[in-house]
Amino acid sequence: MKQLKELDWKPMALVPALALIALPLTGSPSTWLTLTVAGLAMGMIVFIIASGLTLVFGLMDVLNFGHGVFIALGAFVATTVLASMGSYTTADSLWLNLMALFPAMLVAMAVAGALGLAFERLIIRPVYGMHLKQILITMGGMIIGEELIKVFWGPEQIPLPLPEALRGSILLGDAAVAKYRLLAVLVGGAVFAAMVWTLNRTKVGLLIRAGVQDREMVESLGYRIKRLFVGVFVAGSALAGLGGVMWGLYQETVTPQMGHQVNVLIFIVIIIGGLGSTLGALIGALLVGLMANYTGFLFPKVALFSNIALMVAILLWRPQGVYPVTSR
Amino acid sequence: MLNRLLSNDLPRSRWLAALLLVLFLGLAFAPFLFPGVKALNVAAKVLIFIALVASFDLLLGYTGIVSFAHTMFFGIGAYGVAISLNAAESPSWAALGFGVLAALLVSLVLSLVIGLFSLRVKAIFFAMITLAVATAFLTLASQLSDFTGGEDGLSFSVPELLTPGFTLMEEPLQTPLGEVDLNGRFITYYLIFGTVTAIFLTLLRIVNSPFGRVLQAIRENDFRAEALGYRTVVYRTLSNVLSASFATLAGCLLAIWLRYNGPDTSLSFEIMLDILLIVVIGGMGTMYGAVIGSVLFVLAQSYLQDLLRLAGGATEGLPLLPALLTPDRWLLWLGVLFVLSVYYFPSGVVGKLRERAARPPRARPAGGAASPAQPTARRP
Amino acid sequence: MSPHTPPLRGSLPPKGADPAWGGPAPDRTQPLLKLDGVHTHIGAYHILHGVDLVVPQGQLTMLLGRNGAGKTTTLRTIMGLWQASQGSVQLDGQNITRQPTPDIAHSGVAYVPENMGIFSDLSVRENMLLAARGARSLDDIDTTRLEWIFGLFPAMKKFWLHPAGKLSGGQKQMLAVSRAIIEPRKLLLIDEPSKGLAPAIIQNMIEAFRQLKAAQTTILLVEQNFNFARQLGDTVAVMDDGRVVHSGSMAELAADEALQSRLLGLSLGSHA
Repeated sequence: MKQLKELDWKPMALVPALALIALPLTGSPSTWLTLTVAGLAMGMIVFIIASGLTLVFGLMDVLNFGHGVFIALGAFVATTVLASMGSYTTADSLWLNLMALFPAMLVAMAVAGALGLAFERLIIRPVYGMHLKQILITMGGMIIGEELIKVFWGPEQIPLPLPEALRGSILLGDAAVAKYRLLAVLVGGAVFAAMVWTLNRTKVGLLIRAGVQDREMVESLGYRIKRLFVGVFVAGSALAGLGGVMWGLYQETVTPQMGHQVNVLIFIVIIIGGLGSTLGALIGALLVGLMANYTGFLFPKVALFSNIALMVAILLWRPQGVYPVTSR
Repeated sequence: MLNRLLSNDLPRSRWLAALLLVLFLGLAFAPFLFPGVKALNVAAKVLIFIALVASFDLLLGYTGIVSFAHTMFFGIGAYGVAISLNAAESPSWAALGFGVLAALLVSLVLSLVIGLFSLRVKAIFFAMITLAVATAFLTLASQLSDFTGGEDGLSFSVPELLTPGFTLMEEPLQTPLGEVDLNGRFITYYLIFGTVTAIFLTLLRIVNSPFGRVLQAIRENDFRAEALGYRTVVYRTLSNVLSASFATLAGCLLAIWLRYNGPDTSLSFEIMLDILLIVVIGGMGTMYGAVIGSVLFVLAQSYLQDLLRLAGGATEGLPLLPALLTPDRWLLWLGVLFVLSVYYFPSGVVGKLRERAARPPRARPAGGAASPAQPTARRP
Repeated sequence: MSPHTPPLRGSLPPKGADPAWGGPAPDRTQPLLKLDGVHTHIGAYHILHGVDLVVPQGQLTMLLGRNGAGKTTTLRTIMGLWQASQGSVQLDGQNITRQPTPDIAHSGVAYVPENMGIFSDLSVRENMLLAARGARSLDDIDTTRLEWIFGLFPAMKKFWLHPAGKLSGGQKQMLAVSRAIIEPRKLLLIDEPSKGLAPAIIQNMIEAFRQLKAAQTTILLVEQNFNFARQLGDTVAVMDDGRVVHSGSMAELAADEALQSRLLGLSLGSHA
C-alpha cells in the first residue's frame, strides 16, 4: 500500500461506479440493495480465495491452475464437520450456530493448508520457473485432488444447509438483506484487514511485498525466500479452503467440480486486479461479484459473459490489471 | 517421394517408423481387420483425436502457447454441422458443406480475435483467458437450447451416401476375419480417414516450412525473434487460426460420424484434459506424438477401465482400495499418469524413441552427430 | 538542509577502535575474497573465462574494464546469483562457490547491483528495514548508524516515508548504498554507483566510501568513471573478455598513462 498521497484511486472508484450504474437499471432501491449486498458478499468470498493465488504468483512466479482443489476440499470438510455438529446447527441461536461454524472453518483451513504443503512439495517445487509445466502439472494435481474427493465423499453433490439462525433475511426498510451474506461481508472484511495488517505492519509482510517486486534482491539481502514461499502457499491454500466453506454455504450445496467452476472466476478476478496485488484482487472480486448479481437479475443469460466482458474492458484500459506489480 | 510427402520430417527412429507404419495400416484397413461396429467406432475416435491433438500440438508444441480454447473450436465444428443438418429440410451435401463453412468462418473470426488479443496480454494471461472463454462458451451452448438443443444436444441425419442404410453391395463382404458391411458407415469411415490423413500431412508441411521454423524460434525466445525482425504477434495469431481451423474440421468429422452432438460430446473440459494428456504422453512438438498418443489413449481408456474393474474386484475386502480402484475413478489414474509424464517423460513416447535412436551404440569421439550412420572421419 | 552540499555530520570512530563499525582488525596476510579460475556460463554463453581475483582485506579494490568485460557477471557470481561452472570463490578462507545467495549474504556480504535493486513500492524506511537484518521489529534500526547515514546522504532523512520509486536516480543510488551499510558487513560489492549521477552527488558518494574505508570495510567496486576510481581505489583489477588482465595498486596505474590507455582506452584527467 502506498504510504503518502499518490494513492491510485481510480480503480477503487470502479466499485461504487458499477453499483451506481446498476441503480437505475434495477428499478427499485430495495432490490438494488439486496443485489448489492449479495454482490459484495459473493465478491468477498471470491476475494478470500483469490488473494492467496495472486500472492503466490506475485511472490514466486508460480501459476497454480489447481487452486480450485483447495476450495472444494474446504467445502467438503465443512460438510463433514457441520454434519457432526447437527445439534448446534439446527438450534435457532446465533451463538450456537457460530460455535459450529467457526470450528468448521478452522478445520477446513487446516486440512486445506496441509494439502497445500503436500502440493507445494510434490507438485510445484519440481517445476519452479517453468510456466508451461506449471500449468500442466497443477491442472493434473487438481484432477487428482477432485477424484480423491470423490473417493472420500462420493461423486454426487452434497447439500450444505445454512445453520438455522443464519437463514433468512433482515429487513432494512424495504429491502431484504440475507443474514448470511452480511456475515460473508464481515468475514471477508476481516480477512482483508488481517492481510493488510500483516503485509504492512510485520516484517514478514514486508518481505512478501519486497519479494513480489524483486525476489533476487531480497535473497541478496540475506533472506531465504524459498521458505517464505512455502508459508505463503500454505496460507493461500488455507484461505482457499475458507473460501470454499463460505462458497458452499452461499450455494447451499457442494459438488466435486466446484473447484474448477470457481477457478475461472478466480482467474478473471486476478487478471482484473493485476497478478500480485492484494488490493487489486479485492477490487476485482467485488466487481465480479456485483456484476454477476446485477446481470443475473437483469440479463440472466449473459451472466458469465458479462464478467469476461468486464475483464476485457479492464485489460483494454490497463493491460496488466488495475494495480500491476512493478517488476513484472 | 516419401520424404516429400512427409515434408522431410521423418520419424528418425526405426521403432517409431515401424510403429507408425503398423498404426497407419491398421487404421487404413480397420473395417477389414476389425469387423464390427464397436471396433470401427474406436478407430474413428482415434482418427478424430489424431486431427484434434495434432492441431493442438501446432499451438503448444511448436509455438509454445497454452490455449484452453481448443475444445471450443472443436465444438464449433461439431455444432456447425449439427445445427445445419438439423435445420435443413433434407440432409443434403449442400447443408453439410454450409455447416462446415459456417463453422470455419466462426472459428476464423474467434481465433483471430483471441490471437490479436494476445498482443496486449502475456502468455499466462492468455491461458487463463482462453479457459474463461471456453467455459463461457460451454455455458452458452447449454443455455441456447432453441439453437443448440441445450443439454440434450442435437440428433440429425447425414446425406444418404453416409447413412448406414446405404449399401454398396447387397450382401456383406465375407473375409477370413469376419463380415464387413460395405454401407454408409464404411464410406463415412474412409471419408474421415482421408480427411485426417490430409490434415496431418498438411500440418507436417506447415511445421516444416519456414513459417514453422519461425514459430519454433518464437517458442524458444520470443524476444529474440522479435529483435530479429519477426512480428511475433502475426505468427502467433496465424498459428492460433490454423490450429483452430483444423480443430473445427475435426469437430465436423465427429458430428458426421456420431450423427449427434451435445455439450458433453465436444465441449467438455474432460476432452481438453484428454488432449493435454495425449500431447504430453505422445510427445510435444513432434506431430507424430499425436498419432501414437491418440492410439495409446483410446486403447487405454477401454482397457484401463476393465483393468480397474478387475483390480477393484480383487481387493474387495480391503478398506480404501476398492474406492480407488473402480472404473469410475479412471480419471484419477489418468491424472497421476499425466503428472508423472510431465515430470519424467517430458519428451513423450516419440521423444524417447528418437533419443534412443540417436544415442550412438558405442563410445564415439566428442562431437558425434545425432545420426547413427556417420561416415568415418578419415579415409586412406 | 540541502541534499547537495555536503556538510557531513558525524563520521565513524577512528580505525579499528570499535569493531562494531567496520569489522575485526585487518589481517593483511590473507585476502578477504579470492577468486580462482572462475568460469561462468549463462545459458549457452561463456562469459567468464577463468577469473583470478584477489581482494585484500580492509582496502577498496576497483574492478575496471570496458562494457561487456564481465565485471557485473563477476559480482553476481561472487554473490551466488549465477553459479560458477568452474573454479572457486573463497570468502575469508571459506569456500562459498556453491552456496545459495542468502547464505552468502549472511556470511557478511552486501551487494549493490547495477540496477540498484530498490523496492519502488516500499518506502525508504521499509527499504532500510529490510536491509537491517538484525532488526526484529519495525522500530529496531541502530539509530547511531542511521544518523551517520543521514549525515552522508541527507536525502534519506528527507524522504524517509516516501515510496522509494519516487526518488530521483541519484537518490535511489544513495538509498542502495545506504542499505548496504546500515549494518556492518565484511565485504561490500558495489556495481557502478556513480552511473548517471550529478558531480556533487558523486562527491557525497566518494566521502561515504572514504569513511567506510577508514573503518576497515573491504570494498569491491565496479566503476567506469576513472576519476572516481582513482580517488578511492587502493588496489585495482582490470578485466577484459571475461578475464582479469591486470592487477596491482591504484597508485601504479594512476601514474602510468600508457598503461591506462592500453587497458582502458583513456588517460588520467579525462573521465567517462
